[in-house]
Amino acid sequence: MNFAGERLYNGIIKENPTFVLMLGMCPTMAVTTSGINAIGMGLSTTAVLVLSNLVISLLRKVIPDKVRIPAFIVIIASFVTIVQMLMQAYVPDIYAALGIYIPLIVVNCIILGRAEAWAYSNGPLSSFFDGLGMGLGFTAGITCIGLVRELIGAGELFSHRVMPAAYEGAAIFVMAPGAFFVLAFLVALMNKLKVSKKNSGCGMDCAECGGCDK
Amino acid sequence: MISKLIGIMLLSSLINNVVLSQFLGLCPFLGVSKKIKTASGMGGAVIFVITLASAVASLIYKFVLVPFNITYLQTIVFILVIAALVQFVEMFLKKAVPSLYQALGVYLPLITTNCAVLGVALTNVQKDFGFVESVCNGFATAAGFAFAIVILAGLRERMEYNDIPESFRGMPIVLLTGGLMAIAFCGFGVLK
Repeated sequence: MNFAGERLYNGIIKENPTFVLMLGMCPTMAVTTSGINAIGMGLSTTAVLVLSNLVISLLRKVIPDKVRIPAFIVIIASFVTIVQMLMQAYVPDIYAALGIYIPLIVVNCIILGRAEAWAYSNGPLSSFFDGLGMGLGFTAGITCIGLVRELIGAGELFSHRVMPAAYEGAAIFVMAPGAFFVLAFLVALMNKLKVSKKNSGCGMDCAECGGCDK
Repeated sequence: MISKLIGIMLLSSLINNVVLSQFLGLCPFLGVSKKIKTASGMGGAVIFVITLASAVASLIYKFVLVPFNITYLQTIVFILVIAALVQFVEMFLKKAVPSLYQALGVYLPLITTNCAVLGVALTNVQKDFGFVESVCNGFATAAGFAFAIVILAGLRERMEYNDIPESFRGMPIVLLTGGLMAIAFCGFGVLK
């Protein structure tokens, strides 16, 4: 089961779709008004991603190369419809909060990207774990953004008051502009970390490195 | 009727701007907004495709999905219709209006993955819009997109030689600009 762990690590940390690959920006910014909405979106995307990866990988020898993209889209859209109906039936509150962004999972580039980059050329089991890792990485990424926006905007985490009563939320962080600002600062932070790594003189080449003397 | 249509158009182009408050079509908004010229090309292509797609999707919904009682297939049908439509429009323009094809050329295939197209088609259905309302809503939404992307491109052209802190170069500064534009567009809320 070593490859399963490797796929999960790759999806959640190394190639995290939100922070490293910067894929699926529309849901990332639209549904992160609170932690719980972000988790709902993340988990439904994960479900679609795992199932579509599995089915595409099983069908990879049947689907002709030339029509693979339309075939992928049909498979993905079918699973999105199933997930949409299940959510409407069992979690109507989250379904209402996420609204049009549930059917729009179809055009989330993470899903088509993984189908093309991994599931179409790998076996079903490793595609399953690839989908799971990427999905959980996406969930973790957007939940982080959702929690930051909820904390600054309303002083709450998962709808529980955490800030002192005197704290008045900066409502702009829950509104549309807040999504742009939070994401801008998170990306700048990622850039900063990368930049400082480069400036410290470490070329990530440990064999040649004489130890850190700066 | 006319006042209702104007209301729909104001609402979807300015008040609920597709990019700045609905977050649909962010990828081209951030990706193709370096120069005013390319941004207006993209905006034109989006107006063209979204208006056409909302017309076709609304007809298909009314005359195929509802009579056969298969409205739950709307997501699958709409995405396939949009993909086919974009292909068809590309082939048609190449043959019939080569000058327009030259102008829009590169941007047309990119639009299939623009979630605003599917988003508008689905919103039209959700809000029970008829054919004329759907077309107006589609056109206004796309015009709002074109408006926003051209403004952003103008701002980015001005910022090109600014001294921006290293970690804010590239994506972060564009996102910050977008955020400030979103605040400005919040002001249109009073039109409601």
